[in-house]
Parts: sequence; C-alpha cells; structure tokens
Amino acid sequence: MADSANFSIISSEIFILIALCTIMIVDLFQRDKERRLTYMLTQITFITLFILGVQDLGIERQVGFSGHWVIDQFAVVLKIAIYVAAFISLLYARPFIRERNLMRGEYYLLTLFSVLGMMIMVSSSSLLLVYLGLELLSLSLYALVALQRDSNQASEAAVKYFVMGGLASGFLLYGISLVYGVTGTILIEDIASYLAINKANLMIQFGLVFIVVGIAFKFGAAPFHMWLPDIYHGSPSSITAYISSVPKIAVFGLAFRILEGSFGSALEHWAPMIMIVAMLSVILGNVIALVQTNLKRMLSYSAIAHIGYFLLGLSVGTDEAYAASMFYIIVYALMTLAGFGIIIFMSSDKKDYQEISDLRGMGRYHPWYALMFTLVMISMAGIPPFIGFWPKLEIFKILVTNDHIVAAVVAIAFSVVGLVYYLKVVKEMFFVDASESPNVSDSRSLKIALSVNCLLLLMFGLMPDSIYQYCLSAFASLN
Amino acid sequence: MLENLPILSLLIWLPIIGAGLIVFGSGQKQKQVTQWIALITAALTFALSLFALNEFDSSRYYLQFVEDKSWIESFGIDIRYSLGVDGISLPLIVLTSLMTMIVIISSWNNIKLRVSHYLAAFLVMCGLMNGVFAATDAILFYVFWEAMLVPMFLIIGIWGGPNRIYATLKFFIYTFFGSVFLLIALIYLGNQADSFNLFKMHSMVINADVQLLLFFAFLIAFAIKVPMFPVHTWLPDAHVQAPTGGSVILAAIMLKMGTYGFLRFMLPIVPDASLEMANVMIVLSLIAVAYIGFVALAQSDMKKLIAYSSIAHMGFVTLGLFISFSLLAESHVDAAIMGIQGALVQMISHGFISGALFLCIGVLYDRMHSRNIDDYGGVVNRMPKFALFFMIFAMANSGLPGTSGFVGEFMVILSSFQVSFWIAAVSGLTLILAAAYTLWMYKRVMFGDVANDNVAVLKDLNGRENLVFIILAAMVMFLGLYPAPLLDVMAPSVQHLIDCNLVSKLSPEGMCS
Repeated sequence: MADSANFSIISSEIFILIALCTIMIVDLFQRDKERRLTYMLTQITFITLFILGVQDLGIERQVGFSGHWVIDQFAVVLKIAIYVAAFISLLYARPFIRERNLMRGEYYLLTLFSVLGMMIMVSSSSLLLVYLGLELLSLSLYALVALQRDSNQASEAAVKYFVMGGLASGFLLYGISLVYGVTGTILIEDIASYLAINKANLMIQFGLVFIVVGIAFKFGAAPFHMWLPDIYHGSPSSITAYISSVPKIAVFGLAFRILEGSFGSALEHWAPMIMIVAMLSVILGNVIALVQTNLKRMLSYSAIAHIGYFLLGLSVGTDEAYAASMFYIIVYALMTLAGFGIIIFMSSDKKDYQEISDLRGMGRYHPWYALMFTLVMISMAGIPPFIGFWPKLEIFKILVTNDHIVAAVVAIAFSVVGLVYYLKVVKEMFFVDASESPNVSDSRSLKIALSVNCLLLLMFGLMPDSIYQYCLSAFASLN
Repeated sequence: MLENLPILSLLIWLPIIGAGLIVFGSGQKQKQVTQWIALITAALTFALSLFALNEFDSSRYYLQFVEDKSWIESFGIDIRYSLGVDGISLPLIVLTSLMTMIVIISSWNNIKLRVSHYLAAFLVMCGLMNGVFAATDAILFYVFWEAMLVPMFLIIGIWGGPNRIYATLKFFIYTFFGSVFLLIALIYLGNQADSFNLFKMHSMVINADVQLLLFFAFLIAFAIKVPMFPVHTWLPDAHVQAPTGGSVILAAIMLKMGTYGFLRFMLPIVPDASLEMANVMIVLSLIAVAYIGFVALAQSDMKKLIAYSSIAHMGFVTLGLFISFSLLAESHVDAAIMGIQGALVQMISHGFISGALFLCIGVLYDRMHSRNIDDYGGVVNRMPKFALFFMIFAMANSGLPGTSGFVGEFMVILSSFQVSFWIAAVSGLTLILAAAYTLWMYKRVMFGDVANDNVAVLKDLNGRENLVFIILAAMVMFLGLYPAPLLDVMAPSVQHLIDCNLVSKLSPEGMCS
C-alpha cells in the first residue's frame, strides 16, 4: 500500500476546505444584503479549483492514505465537470435568490460543502469514505432545500428529501456492512482482489442488492423514483437546478467506484439489476412526463428517463460503456441546468411561473430566448446536431454491439415518446397565440449565462469530441 | 483556384451563414434588407450548384467534389465529415437550391409575420437538405436528415393554417419515429463495416435474415418520408396547414429524400431482401398510384388534392425503383436501367411540377384566402396569364407528352411492361386518373362564368409571380422536350448502381471491388 500521508493528492480538497472556512468567516462580518463578496469569493474558488483540475488532467493514478484515497484521470474529469456545473448553477441562482429573500451566506456555503462532499465521493477508494462523502453531500442538500423557510412547499420537500435520502443511505450502508462482513475489508481494491479469488457468495449478492437499491435511490431511477418529482417540484427553482444536475455526476462517480471498482468481477450479479432499473426508468419517465402540465415536473420525469438511458450504459459494463455513461451524465447535467434555467428565467419575485402554458408568447415577444429554449428541448430529445444526440447515439451503439438489441429498441422507441413532450414546450412557445408577454427576468447576468449555456449545447454538439475524449481518457488510464 | 473550392461545403454552409446574418433583423425597417440578403444568398447558392453541375464530369460514375475530413474520432468508429456527389445526388442539389430561391422570391410580400425568421428557416433548410444529398458518411447523413426536421417543424407550426399545431406535431413525430429505425440500422452496419462510409456499406456481405431486418428498418424510415401507402397520412395534413413556401419545399424536395434513401441505402445495401420484397413494394406502389388517385378525385380542398396527387406520383418513383429488381431477376438489364432512370426523372420533374402547383394555389390563396374549390370559378376571365401557367402545370401533372411529367412516368410504365402487362396497365390507367383530378379541378376553378364578387376583383400575376412561373414552366417544358442532359448526368451512376450494387450481397462474388 502506498504512503499514508501524501497531501499533494488531496490538494484540491484542502484548498476548498480552507476557502470554505475563510468564506464562512468573511460572510459573518458582511453587512451587504446582496452578499456580493461571498458570491465573488465562492465563484473565484470554483474558478481556481477548475484551473487546479485542468492542470491535473492526464495525471497518473495515485493511491494514498492507507488506500482510502485515490486520484486518477476519472476523478479529475468528474471533478472538473462538477466545478463547471456548480459554477453555472450559482450564476443562475443569484437573481433568483435575491428576489426570494434567500440571499444569505448559507446558500453559498452549503453549495461549497456539497461540492466538497462530491469531490470526496468521486475520489475515495474505500466504502466508508464514499459513504462519508455522500452524507456530506446529502446533508448540505437537505439544508439547501429547506433554506426557504417561509415556503410550505419547500419545507415539505425538505422533509421528504431527508426521509427518502436517509432511507437510501441506510440501504447503501447496510449493503456495505454485509460486504464488509464477508470480505473483512472496506477498501475497494481489497474487495476486488477478494472477489478475484473467491466467488461472490449469497451474502455478497445480498449486499449488492442493497447497494444497487441505494444507488438507484440516489439517482432517482424507477422504481425508486417517487421522491424525485415532488422534491424537484417543491424546492426553489435555483436549488432544483443544482440538485438535479451536479450531484448526479458525483453519484455516477460513486456508482462506478463501488460497482466496477469492487464488484467488477461480479458483473453478472449487478448488471442485470441495473438493466431492469434502467429500462423501467426509460419507460416510466418518458410516459409519465407526457401528461405533465407543470414544466418543473415534466423536467423531473424527463430527468428520470435520462437517468435510465445513462444507466443502460452502466449496465453493459465495458470501459467503452462506462465512458459513454460518463459522457451522458456530464451532458445531462449541462442540459438540465439549462432546462431549469428556463424556469428561473421565467419566475418573478411574486410568482413562480412553472406551467408549460406560462411559456406562451415567448416566441413572439422574446424570440431569442424562445430559440434558446428550443435548443434545450431539441437537445434533450436527442436530435442532432445538438449535444444530447451524441451520448444517446453512443449508448445505442454500445447496446447494439453488446447484443442488447431489445434494450436498444426499447430505448430508441421511448426516445420517440420523449420527443412528444419536449415538442409540447416548443409548441407552447411558438405556435400558441398569446396576447401578453410571458414573464421574464431582466437580470443581464442571467440572460448571458442562459444564452451561453444553450449555445454550448449546439457548440459541443458540433464538436462532441471535446467532451467525449476526456471521458474516454478517464477509462483508458484505468487499465 | 476554382478547382480547390470546397463546393459542397459551400452549398451547405453558405445558406446557413446567410440565415445567421438575417435572423436578428426582426424589425419592419430591416425587412427589405433581410429579404435582399436572403435572396442574394439563395441566388449565390443556386449559382454555385449550377457551377457544380457545369464542372461535373458526367462520363464517370464515381463521386466528385469529394471532401473528407476527420470529424469525430473518439466514437470508436470514425465519424467523418465526408461529402461527395454523383449523378444521382447532384440534380437533387440543383433542384433544392433552385426551389429555395423560388420560395424566397414568391414569399416576398405574402409573409407578414416575422419575415426574417421565415426566410432564415428556409435558408437553413436549404443548407441541411443539400447536406443530406451530399453526405457520404452515414452518421453525417443522419445528422442532416434529422436536423432538417426542426426548421420545417417551425415553418409549419408558426406560419401555418388554423390546424397547424396538430399537423406539425404529426409530421415531426411520424418522421422521427421512422428515423430512429434508420439510426439502429446505421449503427449496426457501421459496426459490421467498422466504418460509417456509405460506400463501404455498399460492398458488405450480409446474410439473408439480417438483410430482411435491415430492409424493414430502412423501409419504415424511408416509406414514411416518401410517403408510401399506408403511412402517408401525415402528408395531407402537413401540406394543407403549411404556408405556401413550406408546401413547396415539402413536396418538391423533402419527399424526394425518401426515395433518395431507397436508392442510397436500401437498394444497394440489402438487394437480396429488396428482391424478395419487391412484389410487396410494387403492390404498395400501385395502391399508392391507383387508390390515392381516387382519393385525390374526391377532394374539395385544392391543396389537399395536390398533396394526394403527390403521393400518387411518388408511387411511380417507388414503382420504378422496385420494378428494376424484378427486371434484373429476369436479366432485362436495359429495362431495369430505364426503370431507375425513369424514377429519377420523375423525382426531379415532380419537384418542379408539385412545387409549381402549390405556388399556383398560393397565388390564389393570397388573393382570396380560400383553398376551397367551390369558392372559385371563372378565374380565367380575370387572370388570363395565371390561367396559362396553371394550365401548363396541370397538364404536366397529368403527364401530357411534351412536359417533364410525361418522361418519367412513360419510362417507368415502359419498363414495367417487361415484367407484367397488368402492372403496366394499372399504372397506365392512373395517368387517366391524374388527368381527371387535375383537369377537373382546373375546370372548376378556372373555367365558367365569374362565380362570385371575390373572383370578380382578382388581379392577374405581378412581375415577381410571372418570373417565378416562367422559370418553372421553362424547366418543365425543357425536361419534357429534351430530357437528354438530365439522363446523361445520371446514366453512368445508374449503370454503376445496377452493375455493382444491385447484385446479390449474400456472398462476395459478383461485387465490384
């Protein structure tokens, strides 16, 4: 085992922790209601982390802290994606929380804490540390959802999230404890080497069921999806944008570390479970999204469907398939941010405009934003040349090459169903006449952020290599 | 310098850049400027396509103006930005560029709502459609094929008639449903060939069962686009609700993509399955020409009538394509060539004729705001010039010798004679049907006494409309009287298709290397 205290491999985590403590103290002494300094410092932290992360690209795999911590290309790429997505979500959040009296230092601090949790999740190589990272993330998110204390909906969502999240963590932890009971270790690599010699016995399989259920819960994949629409719907929109996009990237990291890292040789035990969960999510998400009239709920169900497509890649279990899943989850985060960005863009301080019909007249009065939202919807539907098409193509390709033809046909057929509800949004914006302009935010920074986010979907769509090559390199370096 | 010009890329990207220039000019003041920019872009594109036609060496079958650049490398199988045209696709590119220009001219004063967006949508469409015809990489083809739906969806949905939302959603979902099967087929083929190059796929050995599955995947995708009976129901809705320009592009070019897909993918990649299913396809084509002909006869809406007539005429194209298999099986090679050439001529000619007819209806609709045949009568008394042009196109639609409509249909019927008298008889019979529904409509709209006060105040064509109709009438007559130049451009490519690609793919024997 490698040396125990190599601090260079946790430099990013040390940096964010110091930055976090500094920002907490600075925030205490601020009288500025806008919390401008807190906000600036938080964003600077993310930019610095991003630069640190880019420098780490192409890093050799290093293990430290008695084998509990690992840094490799996989972790670095995921961390960069997390920084970028968190950065964008704060850009969206600022005008929104200003109008809702949520402009408190806690908002930024909790975001930073959750990012730290996610960094631990993608970079740990022991089951206990993964779990600690997950809990740090989850607790920050529960608090974020509950931040809007005067809203009944938000409080209800927070309680639901807390109960459901606790249940999921419990499942995961129980699964981990069973595995620990059999193998006698919590180190991911040691479990893998145990399984390389011994067959996965019933107890391990039992533990795997709980682990898979816990992961499916965290992703919100069907049939463990019931909490997701309520919580996405109930949370303040800027927080929904955050919790629906960024943590999914980290949960992918966790799923990969546990399932492939420890149980790579027991693929036949967990892959079919993931496959079933994935197919159910694709079917259920797409079908239920069809009948939604609330944009936020529609996007929630569409998120379930997207998670389904993503899990299909995970269930194949080859390096290429993991890379495709990683590609999908990063692209999904980018698209989801833009999707909830639309809702943030439409809300005013008096009322949340969340119905799909609230978009009426967008095409007439704000053609540019109507076009941008069309890009988002078309991209989510998976129509080329937008970025949403490429990970879908790659997932379909992998399903076809690995002889999962039925799964491929179901996935593709339900992407046609998905098209229907995405087009419904475009229909409301462009085709339905409206006598008055829909409500839009007049924050310039939000307008710029949204436009850039949407145009990125087109730009990456023309050059999918620019994301996908990093996903591939993450798995090339593992072998 | 001209030799090195990336002509196909320009044909694709020039209109899209033009659209980017005008899409922001939404105010009334900029209307003139945006219209001129759009027209100049379209004219430049058309000029480029003519230049390409001029430079094209029609004595060779292989791809010309080839561009091949690496595009996406990390997908395991390289997805390349590769373009090229042969004698089959080049005429379609010229047709696309010409019709886009015509649509832009003809919509000069008719569109009141958001002109710049309307024009931009058509320019984007033009570029993407050129891309479909020029792409020689399967995924690149698919990207253009799908992306093209978006502007059309918006065109019908924003500028269409009262029931536009239903029509445009039906159009989009129907075609998207078809294309996803195409995507699975392409992925499978790409994996087998280890390349998405279209022409590598042409020289693959595929066993009979797989061929049949691929055949159905292609069939769903392309038959919806053509559209063939019984998946044609989206077309009348889309046509009736689309604005005039949308109908023109839909009929003149988008329908051709289905048959182009048949020619590029289905026939050369799965010839054995195509041969096996040829009789089914021939019967479906005959149903399209005969049954849909009767349906057209019963229409009271002019646009719907022409939409149904389009389905019937596209039936001739599919008939020509699949009759060639029956002919090859009996080794009537010359007749098979004639069948395919006839189908190709019919594609081009129908592009002009149906486009022109929709423009004619557009001219009437702009003045009367009705497409109902009963609202008209005696229009000839007020619009003699219009009556002349409408007559030419109506005659061409019913396949009068001397117009382009005759050439393709005649060739297809002639070659189907070699297979069976009855196929020829049924398809020949429909020429009478075509004459019946077109001319009957013409009679009810144009002839007789002036029917009502609205007709009485009609004004004849203005200069702009004259120009459009003169161009189209000239094309229809030219191709009808002297189709040789078009046939010459196509001949080597069709010959190559028959010699090398329509042979059995069950074993490597007989394939050209």
